[in-house]
Amino acid sequence: MKKHHINLTVNGKELELLVSSNHTLAQVLRKDLKLTGLKQGCEVGDCGSCTVLLDGSPVNSCLVLAVQAQGREVTTIEGLAQGNEMHPVQEAMVEHGGIQCGFCSPGMILSAKALLDKKPDAGREEIKRALSGNLCRCTGYQKILEAVEDAGRRMGRS
Amino acid sequence: MGQKFKVIGSRAPRVDAPDKATGRAVFMDDLEFKDELVGVILQSPYAHARILDIDASAAKALPGVKAVLTGRDLPEIKYGVSPARYDEELLARDKVRYVGDEVACLAAVDLETALEALELIKVEYEPLPYVLTVEDALAEDAPVIHDAFPGNICAEVHQEFGDVAQGFAQSDFIRTDNMLNKRQDGAFIEPHRAVAVYDLSGGLTLYSSTQVPHYVQRTVSMVTGLDVGKVRVIKPYVGGGFGPKAEATPLDMCAAFLSIKTGLPVRMSYTREQVFLHCRARHQFNHTMKVGFKKDGAIMALDHQCTLEGGAYSSFGIATVYYAGSLLGAPYLLPNMKYDGLRIYTNKPACGAQRGHGGVIARALFEQQLDLVAEELGMDPVELRLKNIMEAGDVSCNDLAMSSLGMKECIEAVANGSDWQEKRGKLPPGQGIGMASGFFVSGAGYPIYRSETYHCTVTIKVQEDGGTVKVMTGAAEIGQGSDTAMAMIAAEAIGIPLESVRIVSGDTDHGVDLGAYSSRTTLMTGHATKQAGENVKDKVLTALAEELNVEKDRLDIVEGKVRIQGDGVDIKAVRQKYLKEHRGWEGMPRGEELTFSEAARVAYLKFGTIVGTGKYKPPVLGGKFKGAAVGTSPAYGCSAQVAQVEVDLETGQVRVLNITDAHDCGKAINLTSVEGQMEGSVSMGLGECMFEEVKFDDKGRVLNPSLGEYHIPTVMDMPRMNCIVVESNEPNGPFGAKEVGEGAIMPTIPAILNAVRDATGAAVDELPLTPERVLKAIMDKDKE
Repeated sequence: MKKHHINLTVNGKELELLVSSNHTLAQVLRKDLKLTGLKQGCEVGDCGSCTVLLDGSPVNSCLVLAVQAQGREVTTIEGLAQGNEMHPVQEAMVEHGGIQCGFCSPGMILSAKALLDKKPDAGREEIKRALSGNLCRCTGYQKILEAVEDAGRRMGRS
Repeated sequence: MGQKFKVIGSRAPRVDAPDKATGRAVFMDDLEFKDELVGVILQSPYAHARILDIDASAAKALPGVKAVLTGRDLPEIKYGVSPARYDEELLARDKVRYVGDEVACLAAVDLETALEALELIKVEYEPLPYVLTVEDALAEDAPVIHDAFPGNICAEVHQEFGDVAQGFAQSDFIRTDNMLNKRQDGAFIEPHRAVAVYDLSGGLTLYSSTQVPHYVQRTVSMVTGLDVGKVRVIKPYVGGGFGPKAEATPLDMCAAFLSIKTGLPVRMSYTREQVFLHCRARHQFNHTMKVGFKKDGAIMALDHQCTLEGGAYSSFGIATVYYAGSLLGAPYLLPNMKYDGLRIYTNKPACGAQRGHGGVIARALFEQQLDLVAEELGMDPVELRLKNIMEAGDVSCNDLAMSSLGMKECIEAVANGSDWQEKRGKLPPGQGIGMASGFFVSGAGYPIYRSETYHCTVTIKVQEDGGTVKVMTGAAEIGQGSDTAMAMIAAEAIGIPLESVRIVSGDTDHGVDLGAYSSRTTLMTGHATKQAGENVKDKVLTALAEELNVEKDRLDIVEGKVRIQGDGVDIKAVRQKYLKEHRGWEGMPRGEELTFSEAARVAYLKFGTIVGTGKYKPPVLGGKFKGAAVGTSPAYGCSAQVAQVEVDLETGQVRVLNITDAHDCGKAINLTSVEGQMEGSVSMGLGECMFEEVKFDDKGRVLNPSLGEYHIPTVMDMPRMNCIVVESNEPNGPFGAKEVGEGAIMPTIPAILNAVRDATGAAVDELPLTPERVLKAIMDKDKE
């Protein structure tokens, strides 16, 4: 398979990578960069576990080819916490019990962050729409919604 | 209860949540092994076919392929879940029985090579007639799927408790109703995955995304022939289970064989499509119930028949067909109950255990039937239920003993919490409100294989240099929160803060634990953890009493501090010794009380490493009749729910507006986790009620094997849930605790069904509630 040089920013770090043209962003992040926080539950864009932010917007990284990330800014779950200090969405998910098995959590948290970055005072319906592409089989979503609402309040204050 | 708890009963954040929130938690795919190979499985394209020949030579010759195995290369061993029904072989030797049945496996240097090699394996099949439905499987000339089971009858149950004929004779009213559901998928977000690592000393370490490391260890050992002591199973974090991960998978065993053959680590994963093909999820149940009752609402008798469409193998199905009957024994006083259950083999993927094992559809029908009875009698559904309700101390006609039962409290809580009185019969057209109850075991009373084994053993080691303890257990954290619950129970038992407890779990090297199924962990592993904690505390206090020269019963540990009853005990020497050992350290103990750290250090210096152990197995439980083992448990959790729905009377579209949910979990170890189980149960029940259905074409192929086409609830589908935790004090539970993970799913489907009936007057007897089905029920009702 043909290889390509791409330049991209991952979690604030500028990188130059050599990637196969058929490799997805999910594969490159997980295998080449060892950013294993994103999870793969279906590999066809149904479950949302592999969500990362591309220029601040959530994408299923299993549906994005690595070459499409050329010149763009990628944020993965590893890029949220500052050292030991978790992002408000992460903190709220921990405190409200929004995490059970944890497999959907990284993607869920990133989808929530993308929304709250733009609109920390987003209402419940807006939050639901923003999370509608992230499947969770454990929680019934209620504690996730409570967590995201609370995170919005925390982010609005700061 | 009176007892003041320091750790349990709180809303402590889960111990694993920070790692899971930050992407640090390690799941199967996050483990890497040097020189690991990728294994794949060749599966049958036919629902039923004889294997005439397999030619794997081209696959073996492909560069990069390290091993290829077919059924002929493996020992001829049958395995399964219930020893009474070992009907599976890892790779088919003579015959395949469903689209997806395993025929060959191979390992190669990468996935591309492995998939290419898979296509080079030539299998010559002779297609056979097949059966996809219960009716076809039971037809006189039906093809036989397993020679050992003529007529395709996998299991048969016939039970009668009390005198059903007499019960009907004493009844004023009798009615008969039906319910048919559809095959469901577990739809956990992480597919099954495994890595086997065979080492040079003949040991096999198997990493697996399983609910049951212990049973996987046994099955892998039995099938591979490796000594069970040489097989270690490690479960990293698991992305949900819900039942279908409660048995060893072909991935576990194929990876083991391929690693043994190649001497290299072998990684295997199911694709999402393969998850649907492996299945082991909810059966299709066809229930018929005839119920007799008196004018005053007393239920007199139940005559119940059920047929389960089981798929090609037994999996958990023997237990399932028993549970489908036995879980109607409570929570209502039912003096006479007859049950005839049949589990039928078909040429489809095997069904198994799923949340609310066997009881969910039986409960759906029975609770809908109770509402129909209430209507006939002109009684309020709540009143009818309370009239028949069991209480703590009651024993069901099939010998299920309710050692605690807050069922009445749950019903009253949801009636109050949902404004039942204000809403029932008073909602605008198209809206309705319905209620239902249910209960479930807190752990199966017996292991899957006949044995006097402990159901769990737990070890707690006190770190030699003081303050922290490490809980070691084979229990399986699969998302339900068992690590947190066990850490909290250990902290409570020892008398230390939660922060002083670390936990490692999910490893067969840590001891026996039967795993995460039948809602057993909080009660059973909880008992063993509590006992191990008390053992630690006793050893530490024994040493300290000796050192301080006081009677041990004057000492206690509370919130990490040593409490001494009475005066005249000089702690200075112990303190001085500890401080001397830590010259130059910050944050040393001060004040009048000794700390757990100091006491633990004294114990270490006296006795060496302090280790506490605990173990648990239930006492002999239940009746003596055949099948009595299924349904017996040391304790039962129970639930009631009220659903409010809106039905579009023109289209049949149902929307669930809100759910009020109460569950009696005994003493709640962690309130947030209890609510999490309640809310998760509602979402799984709602999915099954509203839209989940695994569909097949006429050749036995799954039509919707993806999370795009198989619809599970998204955040958009979920109504607001009001969760009310009802706490009883379970005498057989650790600190009074019992289950929440499965009892909480029981009322969801019937509560919605009853709400739909309240809204439309129509009783729907087939799931899921598609608009067509609901509309047809409404139209049929209007015709009457």
